[in-house]
Amino acid sequence: MLNPKKLKKDFPLLGQNLTYLDNASTTQKPRQVIAALKNYYENFNANIHRGIYKISEQATAAYEQTREHTAKFIGAHHAEEIIFTRNTTESINLVARTWGEENIKAGDEIIVSAMEHHSNLVPWQELTKRKKAKLKIIPLKDNYTLDFKEFKKILTPKTKLLAISAMSNVLGTIPPVKEMIREAKKIGAVTLVDGAQSAAHGITSVQDLDCDFFAFSGHKMLGPTGVGILYARKKILEKMPPFLHGGDMVKSVSQFSAEWNDLPWKFEAGTPNIADVIAFNEALKYLENIGMEEIAKHDQKLLKFAKEKFSKHPQITLYSPKKDSGGILSFTIKDIHPHDIAQIFDSENICIRSGHHCCQPLMEKLKIPATARLSFYFYNTQEDIEKAEKALTKTIKTFR
Amino acid sequence: MDIYSEIILDYFKNPRNRGKLPRATIQAQEYNPLCGDKITIYLLLDKNGKIKKAAFNGEGCAISQASASMLTEKIIGKTIPQITKITNEEIIKMLHITISPARIKCAILGLITAKKAAITHKYAKN
Repeated sequence: MLNPKKLKKDFPLLGQNLTYLDNASTTQKPRQVIAALKNYYENFNANIHRGIYKISEQATAAYEQTREHTAKFIGAHHAEEIIFTRNTTESINLVARTWGEENIKAGDEIIVSAMEHHSNLVPWQELTKRKKAKLKIIPLKDNYTLDFKEFKKILTPKTKLLAISAMSNVLGTIPPVKEMIREAKKIGAVTLVDGAQSAAHGITSVQDLDCDFFAFSGHKMLGPTGVGILYARKKILEKMPPFLHGGDMVKSVSQFSAEWNDLPWKFEAGTPNIADVIAFNEALKYLENIGMEEIAKHDQKLLKFAKEKFSKHPQITLYSPKKDSGGILSFTIKDIHPHDIAQIFDSENICIRSGHHCCQPLMEKLKIPATARLSFYFYNTQEDIEKAEKALTKTIKTFR
Repeated sequence: MDIYSEIILDYFKNPRNRGKLPRATIQAQEYNPLCGDKITIYLLLDKNGKIKKAAFNGEGCAISQASASMLTEKIIGKTIPQITKITNEEIIKMLHITISPARIKCAILGLITAKKAAITHKYAKN
């Protein structure tokens, strides 16, 4: 079993009387990751894929090692199936702007769910508008799970893409993504999984999921900001046109034309985020040392504890499914705006998120403007949740 | 100072001038889509063009609601051009609290709404 109190000591910011419960936004960074950044800048800062000199080769090797490690981490067969972007949003936009642009035609259909983050909704809204295609939404049931029956109904031979989050950043809901992908494959649709939350909180296997695309962000799993990852099946990548044009993504260039580089560099134009990608490798190592299964178990323990503590207060509404939920707990308090809740929590040095969490259509469906949200990681303890409950009591008292 | 001062909480829990103002000369609604804060301001002018009565309606956080309520008291007797000249700093001063950058938009929503109402009035051009 993992020991959160011991692990917490690796995180400089968490030692400073701070209760951090906004991990679905971004996680804190361990010393190892911060040290890797410093080490790169102090000892082998150089551009990659170009230099003949030693430190450039060293930087190239470290950068490519992260790619290999990332592939292994999510169970991809080939390192060239991993493309580094800025974040999950860019990863999804890359797919919309390349694969989407080439493959979605008028009358085609794209399916997303009612609980998507804006980053897995707006790119498809825009693509379907550009192509005169249709966007279909899997509805949410009153128990905060997706309506699987309805999903099967809206899945038709016209469906060209299923783009779905593997864990809701508001509700924590973990939909049966594997089964949904299996259904989508039956009719020949391409599938994209938004793993921004799921990749950080459990084992990911793109082979097991059998998805075509998997997008996630390094900063939500201990890595520095500015590293997004797109996994794409090699067969599909080979046929995809490039996203951005310029340096490093070309093999040879003449006055009026260019030949594209091999995978994956064809999709990484310009100098990439070398330092942060290199440091992300340390994040992956750190997570593997703990074990993703252990992290998922710890999330479950904290979620259960938080639900017990919070549901004791009659003024509270929890927005969480009974089962199949990650370590995320959204709540509201009767007649108190979530911003006021988060502000009182902050006065106790507890960081929680309040707002619509980039899920405005979901808020509309829940008929609320916003929620307050706790989201956990392996360094959180039951004491953190007890502190949160104290802040909750203070909030209710303040506005009574 | 604590953001939820006694004054703020008092205006939030017992809002002054809350409710629709019948026969309002002008009114406007504004909202903050990011928070879901919503404010409507009603202004009744006397024959000299001065604010005789002001009221607000809305929903949202304590800061936005208390600030709007305080504003409806502050602007009594002012002219339309005077309202358009009220600054954000004056509102923050009126609240008597230290406000973080993230909450400024809540604090000034009432003022933005009042200004929106004011500029629809012919006197705004003076």
